[in-house]
Amino acid sequence: MTCKATKNSQGLQFGGTMPVLHPVRLPHKHFCPYSGVPYVNFHIWHGVLLIATLALVVTASASTGDQGRLGIWDTLVKWTPLLLSGFSVNLLMSIAAMAIGTVFGVILGLCQISLMPQIRTGSWLLTQIFRNSPWLVTLFYVMYVIPFEFDLFGTRIALSDWSKATFGLSLPVMANVSEIVRGGVQSIPAVQWEAARGLAFNHRQTLWMIILPQAAKRMLPPWMNLYAILTMATVLGNIVGVTEALTLTREIIAAEARTDLLLPLYGYVLLMFFLYVFPISRLTIYLERKWAVDA
Amino acid sequence: MTRKLDEVQVSLRDVTKSFGAFEVLKGVSMDVRKGEVVCIIGPSGSGKSTLLRCINALVPINSGSIKVAGIEVNDKRLDELALRRRVGMVFQSYNLFPHRTALENVMMAPIHVLKQDKETVRKLAIKLLEKVRMGEKANAYPGQLSGGQQQRVAIARSLAMQPEVMMFDEVTAALDPETVKEVLIAIRELAEEGMTCILVTHEMGFAREIADTVYFTDRGVIVEYGPPAELFGNPKDPRTQAFLAQIL
Repeated sequence: MTCKATKNSQGLQFGGTMPVLHPVRLPHKHFCPYSGVPYVNFHIWHGVLLIATLALVVTASASTGDQGRLGIWDTLVKWTPLLLSGFSVNLLMSIAAMAIGTVFGVILGLCQISLMPQIRTGSWLLTQIFRNSPWLVTLFYVMYVIPFEFDLFGTRIALSDWSKATFGLSLPVMANVSEIVRGGVQSIPAVQWEAARGLAFNHRQTLWMIILPQAAKRMLPPWMNLYAILTMATVLGNIVGVTEALTLTREIIAAEARTDLLLPLYGYVLLMFFLYVFPISRLTIYLERKWAVDA
Repeated sequence: MTRKLDEVQVSLRDVTKSFGAFEVLKGVSMDVRKGEVVCIIGPSGSGKSTLLRCINALVPINSGSIKVAGIEVNDKRLDELALRRRVGMVFQSYNLFPHRTALENVMMAPIHVLKQDKETVRKLAIKLLEKVRMGEKANAYPGQLSGGQQQRVAIARSLAMQPEVMMFDEVTAALDPETVKEVLIAIRELAEEGMTCILVTHEMGFAREIADTVYFTDRGVIVEYGPPAELFGNPKDPRTQAFLAQIL
């Protein structure tokens, strides 16, 4: 706001500049309002810093490297196809876990706002358990609880490590989606329910035709944020034996038996994740900011 | 205004309502006849809005009885649909559905609740929007409309259910002064067409002009009621006198 008063012989008067309320760019929220999860907030300079560090490490390592060995850049290029195949496993896990977690999370979230107290309490409990457990512990638990193969009507179905890990990761996703749905629905003003009831809509119609369409818009940024977090969490698969990007990185380092590759390789994988998550993060923050105003 | 009034359409007998320990309505009785325009005035917190919400069963009552067009509202097996299609309600905060256009707001309830034919409803909705002078803004979203415009759409939305009674809960209280008039004109036209109207309002001039009967409520009871000329011109109860002296 600017407020400028000019003084002339008659006394205090407003001159050419009158008080104006300039449009302000609202700060985005640092935490998702429904699930309480912090927003992933990458900036372009994070990427610049990452690339600069990587370049520095590569150059420094190269200058101290022995002759007769492949240079750092060439080594990175050589292993890129393998690393990308590992990274694609991370992406596959993230998409599948998100899909499973979203389907069950939406159901669980709707149960949390059910009119029946037993269903409400039960779904609340389930949500809290998986939302507050460490992701890695849940993952280990699932890996050991689910058998590596089982019989379905006489057909033996083998369960791969990555599919089990995906399921393990989908549980905390489910719990967080459940909270996003519950919070999103409850953030719609009660007068919207009242107006709908006044027009003779029943509870179900009100929820599906009036409340949820409005809430969906508010749920989208936290949901996208959850996906960004999940994508970065898929490297936990490394600990339970999934052949993903981080597992392959370690195997490459072991195979090359070169310590000068440590930082460049991990930095390289870090960059892959950054390049994927960065646009999602920016879009999330953009939507969160845009919709917060007219919501 | 004088109109020929016939049968009682809304009838309240000794209605009480408490929120916890706080008694909002302490035995309210009133009769509203078909085509009658009733204005309820009184200080904030005197239970005016609650009274309206009790009439269309948005708020359950503790004791007494409410009858709307032959329907006993306090009945445990109340057919809410049957009641609410007869009683339209317009709120102070308009409460349009922000994700739907003005036209869609008007069309939703008849299509999904009354299961009426979409094309018939569309024609009716356009007619109603034109009636409240919002025909040109049919495809605008609520966020693109001013308060007064939103409120007129809200009136059209209620009318689309073809109610027998319209209730207005301080519908101009949240509006800019310059848009109040356009809303009041819409309400006046309705009243002139013979719609039974119950208004909670702070617009004393409007109440005086439009009402057949004015009720003054204070602390959960009806203190005094009568034709506007009488209630405004010659209030009998000291509480009414004090209230009017403050406002007028």
